[in-house]
Amino acid sequence: MFEAIAFYLFAFLTISMFYIVVTTQQALYALTALAAGMIFISAFFFILGADFLGAVQIIVYTGAVMALYAFGMMFFDTTRDVKEKQGNKFIIVGLSTLSAVLVVLIVSAPIVSDNIVALYPVVDGIGNTQEVGVVLFTKYLIPFEVAAVMLLVAMVAGIVLAGKKMDLSLTLMNDAEIRELNEEKNKKELS
Amino acid sequence: MEIGLSHYLVLSTILFAIGLVGVMKRKNLLLLFFSTEILLNSVNIAFAAISHYYGDLTGQMFAFFVIAIAASEVAVGLGLLIVWHKRHNNIDLDTMSSMKG
Repeated sequence: MFEAIAFYLFAFLTISMFYIVVTTQQALYALTALAAGMIFISAFFFILGADFLGAVQIIVYTGAVMALYAFGMMFFDTTRDVKEKQGNKFIIVGLSTLSAVLVVLIVSAPIVSDNIVALYPVVDGIGNTQEVGVVLFTKYLIPFEVAAVMLLVAMVAGIVLAGKKMDLSLTLMNDAEIRELNEEKNKKELS
Repeated sequence: MEIGLSHYLVLSTILFAIGLVGVMKRKNLLLLFFSTEILLNSVNIAFAAISHYYGDLTGQMFAFFVIAIAASEVAVGLGLLIVWHKRHNNIDLDTMSSMKG
């Protein structure tokens, strides 16, 4: 009973938050709605008994990814309204729904057959975190290491890409220097 | 009323459709990234639900790797976006046609 109430409540909240993300004209509203939706999604993980996954969802998504987006948005002009593509709305909605149903059919096709055996079955009496740790560090050790290398590559790429000309600070320069910088920039664009 | 696997799959479908609408509709590249986050999260819900209803941990493992990939995608994508914004002063998709012949 409580599970049903929680499921419908959080389903409603998640859908409305993500609807705001894709329809709003303000980038800041989209960011905050997305952060709220991420936290509501972690509630589903807690209902499903995947406690560690829920904690990781909160820490990584709302802690790291959203903070990264918030820092990134300082570079962009977010006060301006976001312009939208003017296309046929029925085609967009129809195509999206069709492809989403197709994805679910693909995902749920193996479920229809009955001969599914759990590869790494859940054992009673052991916490979810312990189980996840044992399976991750025995059966999925190589994917885990590869994911670690991938995160390192992504970190280096992020620093190299975003860190260019970070030593220039517009707030510490005086007006003459800023004018000179702009003239140089204009000259480069004209040539 | 019992909540079954199909409930979670339907919810995942709805969220995936919302994300797809966002990907097709958005012009601003930052909001396009937000829509891809929605897509990844809807798939994570389906993974966790299947993992729970079949008593198998493989679904949760996949969800962890999806989260790791999403984090690295954001780091690289945001870096590229900042470089583009510094050079062209906007992040609209329609202006990114420099490879048009």
